[in-house]
Amino acid sequence: MSTEMQNEAEIFRGTTEGETRFRNAKSVRGTPKAGMPAFVLGEELAEMAHSDPRIIVATADLASANRTNDFKAVHPDRFFDFGIAEKNMITAAAGMASCGMVPYVATFASFSAILGAEQIRTDCAYPRQKVRIVGTHSGMSMGFYGTSHHALEDLGMLRCMADLTVICATDANHLRAILRKSVDHPGAMYIRLGRGRDPEVYAEVPELEIGRAIRLREGKDLTIIATGSQVRAALDTAETLAADGIETRVVDMHTISPLDRAEIEAAATETAAILTVEEHNVTGGLGTAVAEVLVDLPRVPFKRHGVPDRYVEVGPPAALYAHYKLDAPGVTAVAREFLETTR
Amino acid sequence: MSDRSNVSRAVLEDRAKFIRTETVRLTKIAGAGHYSSTFSCAEILSALYYSQMRIEPAKPDWDNRDRFVMSKGHAAIGLYPVLADLGYFDPEELETYTRLGSKYGDHPDMKKVRGLDFSSGSLGHGLSVGVGMALAGRATGRDFRTYVMLGDGEISEGQIWEAVISAGHFKLGNLVILLDRNGLCIDGHTEEIMSIEPVHERFASFGWDVQRVDGHDFDAIQGAFANLPREATGRPQAIVFDTIKGRGVKRMEMSLDWHVGNLVGEDYDDVMAELEAGLQPYEPEPAE
Repeated sequence: MSTEMQNEAEIFRGTTEGETRFRNAKSVRGTPKAGMPAFVLGEELAEMAHSDPRIIVATADLASANRTNDFKAVHPDRFFDFGIAEKNMITAAAGMASCGMVPYVATFASFSAILGAEQIRTDCAYPRQKVRIVGTHSGMSMGFYGTSHHALEDLGMLRCMADLTVICATDANHLRAILRKSVDHPGAMYIRLGRGRDPEVYAEVPELEIGRAIRLREGKDLTIIATGSQVRAALDTAETLAADGIETRVVDMHTISPLDRAEIEAAATETAAILTVEEHNVTGGLGTAVAEVLVDLPRVPFKRHGVPDRYVEVGPPAALYAHYKLDAPGVTAVAREFLETTR
Repeated sequence: MSDRSNVSRAVLEDRAKFIRTETVRLTKIAGAGHYSSTFSCAEILSALYYSQMRIEPAKPDWDNRDRFVMSKGHAAIGLYPVLADLGYFDPEELETYTRLGSKYGDHPDMKKVRGLDFSSGSLGHGLSVGVGMALAGRATGRDFRTYVMLGDGEISEGQIWEAVISAGHFKLGNLVILLDRNGLCIDGHTEEIMSIEPVHERFASFGWDVQRVDGHDFDAIQGAFANLPREATGRPQAIVFDTIKGRGVKRMEMSLDWHVGNLVGEDYDDVMAELEAGLQPYEPEPAE
């Protein structure tokens, strides 16, 4: 057995550091620095709802998976479980919003963004209702549950809907910032979360402006524009490349729509190359959105990195991230290869 | 608005006629319109807006007003004239109906139409909207009712039954389905295309109280309204209105040819004259 195969076998047995941490995830639930977005969803909304009577939370038979049951425990009269009926839930939330409420409806991204796409467009975005559709367990974070439970198309599907804000949470503190900003944000929002096991990027709740990217690291040789789960991998990649004298700018492009054009233009004019990294089909998501901005600008070396345009293999999440080069070593390898082509 | 429960039968009949004639007139502006789906619910709309709903047109955002969701959004052409007539907006605005930049399209947009409680057009969504409104009303201690008008073909949509289940589960006694049971969808009779009977039993089996009445008889319509409970929590309410698609224009009654149409020339004048004469007894075509 080669070393590489051994490593892969270990990943599949769940013996890597990451998998061990994931398995113990519940033990750190609720601690401020756990770095687990989905798991703070319910508690943060419950906290906000103490002072804001407009907030309502609903889910579709996944209250424990997305921790909206933490909200239910505090505000049972403002929590509704719609059972396995996502379309009804999303549209009903629009009805609530039309009566002045601010409903947060949470379920797997595969069943909110993808199954409920028409309800999001027709009932939330088009009538400009303040519904917050929270897509948890996005990307391929459901691992071996398979394609039915993956959402690698949601950004592409939703970012072409007008009057819909599309935003990705990077970690727990970032999610807190998004939720706090979201209450008074006009119109409908899609908030994309990972599985609640994403490593920490923000040690404290960051200053957040919806639609304005956060520049996390300066550099001139390369800009990595990442979103959601890939921001940590981008930062780790920058650290590794720095040892080789490559200075990398890292941008957390949390808001996919409306996109921060100015930040992309800055990267194109101030740095030598741009790499986008996302846990999403490489077609249609962040990379495509950035490309749409770049075509109007003077040429700059550019590469999109994400999941190839096919349905992904079955496997534990960490194994999938390694396989598709969407962990720190993978992104580093992709970045090095890309920079080679620009020389 | 003050108590309107004593609005005379003659007024309601006149407003139903007004809904039909305006539908014909506005369709001429558009060049195509949904006549027959609007004619089948003209009496229901008239009774609802002129005698039943708790509304104040001067305050369209009043948070305790009754809500109405026209889930069969293609009948909006019959709703716009009612809203204008009640004073939500200047009736002159309807002269722009469906023309470039108009606020008034074939399917209604709540961002543009004053007095419209929700947008519609994609069938199967409206009852879920109503579920959300009813939940919000109850959660905030407001006692408004939410009425949702469904088409009979529309209830083939699965989302309707998600909403029906949830309203029963949440005990939304403040939610009312108005089913326009006009018998026809676009491709044929509902019972041939996708059967829904016994529809009243179906609603009842999900925990709804169901009444079934003649949807062209004001006494029956208002009688059904009078039976609605005032409590916000309890069995949700469905009224199945047996109606005739295209009612009021002989050539359109139970015809598959007039779901969308455009009357021109003498046909337009003949139909307007027929409508002005008032409803005549319905005589089904003899079976061939």
